[in-house]
Amino acid sequence: MPLLEVEDLYTQFDTSAGTVRAVDGISYTVNEGETVGIVGESGCGKSVSALSILRLIAEPPGRIASGSIRFAGRNLLTLNDAEIREVRGGQIAMVFQEPMTSLNPVLTIGLQLCETMEIHLKLSPQEAQARAIELLDMVGISEPAGRLQQYPHHLSGGMRQRVMIAIALSCKPKLIIADEPTTALDVTIQAQILELMKDLTKRFGVALIIITHNLGVVARYANRVNVMYAGRIVESGTASDVYHRPVHPYTLGLLRSVPRMDRPRGDRLIPIDGQPPDLTREIVGCAYRPRCSFAVERCAREAPRIEEVAGGHASACFERARLLRLLKEAS
Amino acid sequence: MSAVAGAALRSDASRAARAGPPLLEVRNLKMHFTVAGRVFSRKTAAKIKAVDDVSFTIGRGETLGLVGESGCGKTTTGRCILRLEKPTAGEILFEGQNLCELDRKALNEKRERMQVIFQDPYSSLNPRMKVGSIIGEPMKVHGIYPNEKERDQRVAELLLVCGLNPKFMDRYPHEMSGGQRQRVGIARALSLNPEFIVCDEAVSALDVSIQAQVINLLESLREQFNLSYLFIAHDLSVVHHLCHRVAVMYLGRLVELADSDELFAHPLHPYTQALLEAVPIPDPDVEKQRAHRVMKGEIPSPINPPSGCVFHPRCPLAVSSCRQEVPQLRELKPGHWVSCPRV
Repeated sequence: MPLLEVEDLYTQFDTSAGTVRAVDGISYTVNEGETVGIVGESGCGKSVSALSILRLIAEPPGRIASGSIRFAGRNLLTLNDAEIREVRGGQIAMVFQEPMTSLNPVLTIGLQLCETMEIHLKLSPQEAQARAIELLDMVGISEPAGRLQQYPHHLSGGMRQRVMIAIALSCKPKLIIADEPTTALDVTIQAQILELMKDLTKRFGVALIIITHNLGVVARYANRVNVMYAGRIVESGTASDVYHRPVHPYTLGLLRSVPRMDRPRGDRLIPIDGQPPDLTREIVGCAYRPRCSFAVERCAREAPRIEEVAGGHASACFERARLLRLLKEAS
Repeated sequence: MSAVAGAALRSDASRAARAGPPLLEVRNLKMHFTVAGRVFSRKTAAKIKAVDDVSFTIGRGETLGLVGESGCGKTTTGRCILRLEKPTAGEILFEGQNLCELDRKALNEKRERMQVIFQDPYSSLNPRMKVGSIIGEPMKVHGIYPNEKERDQRVAELLLVCGLNPKFMDRYPHEMSGGQRQRVGIARALSLNPEFIVCDEAVSALDVSIQAQVINLLESLREQFNLSYLFIAHDLSVVHHLCHRVAVMYLGRLVELADSDELFAHPLHPYTQALLEAVPIPDPDVEKQRAHRVMKGEIPSPINPPSGCVFHPRCPLAVSSCRQEVPQLRELKPGHWVSCPRV
């Protein structure tokens, strides 16, 4: 049985411009100890889908309209406030993008680390402090004992993200959700943090959901990938399947739009024309149709459901057979 | 055209462009800022060497990439060239004339020919101006097309060139998407028919699919108007794609400079090597075969930079002499410059 099972999740926001269907019926699973990547561009619903798992959507204006999120056998959407608080930071931890804003600037590092452990693991202050030092050492922070008294502004961006990872790991979670964990960091620091997360999740058998717009990061770290567009998962599969045998025109478009450093400079990039749709308006048919070169008449009437193509590789496209054939011919 | 033939053609074009005298030459540029100490403190103010002894050239029709991590001085270099800062020392020769010695009037004339595209399409456009006035303003200031009708016609042309509907003239920036705003920023930069444009992280804020559109636009504009770009960016894949030559900066200094394909295939400086290794490639099979070595440590504070070679505390090749001697750039292969005595 998978560790996390998201089924038919709909998350919506009521705004003055209308209802934004940020997450529009997504389903996916995460197995124990595996790393799942969620990729997509701004506004595709990848962050909202992750926040929904921990019920961190502000209500109002947001609401989880329907669906179920089963984690270790329990439906997180039916838990009461006290129960979900136990899950948050305890069994499921989160690492956010902005290490500058996700730590409390007026509290010491030590307090922020110990607080979660005292609450979730019921440790005494002395025990918590000893474990905090151990954790800081583990995430590669020098002189860990002295750091407990420091404030977030004493640390660099990379160091703060290490502290965030230490907090996330502190209560021995089964799942960590990392939302753009390295986007704000420089490339060499990004590599340090990602390598650290990979090593630690492997060592402790923690499952990881990594949310990013960076196709390279997913290629390097994820076992399986979900590609999102306009609130839906349009393709999912193993990293190798999705990158080498894409069965959705959007995935193919994304892969062709990114320049590759490992190949000699060649011709122009092949961008995707147009822009993502406005999610406040109701979308009839496939949301990607206006930008899609494979679109047929049926795409304007019906929204394709995501269906399995072969062994765990799924696509939400009516024309996937034609796409697959063309790619085979081209290679 | 096949990819290979395309690449060959392009490198021919860039070679031809580089044959003539350079459009821009930066010689031993230094930009030092003094940081005030605390109020009432008697401590002497600290000095930050944001740019320290940087030299390079840019030919006509050439794109030079300037890469490095935050705080390495790449943006300050761009600002100095545009004379938005007054450099502490060094020369900036634009068509042979030193911009550091020009008076205000002469400088303003030169400024018609060098423009800038900024990173953030949200904050670099005045939210209270319509797109038409944003693009038209530089022409108004410099007295080109003083007639309003002619100016509007030129704005419409520029919008078309940048792939926007001329009707957008009457819109405000908030009515447009990020990609469209960046196109407005590009149209504004083109309005005075410049020869040289500083693109400071011009595509960094854009989503992948939109980024590719803007990259292609910048390339076709360069060909169409024989523009030269200084392309400042931290995304190495984009820089590799767009630039003929690439310069790598670290803590205010130039550490390596070479042809784009040469630099990415055979990086020589240990910092460049670490930088390239850190960039993930969007291909899981390629990634599996790469050694994910991680460079230790963080960028030191520019207020108190390491002695000798600024990279020595993080460098795998460092020996004791690296702590004392400041390395100079030397040409190891034709056109490939490195500032490390150990490679």
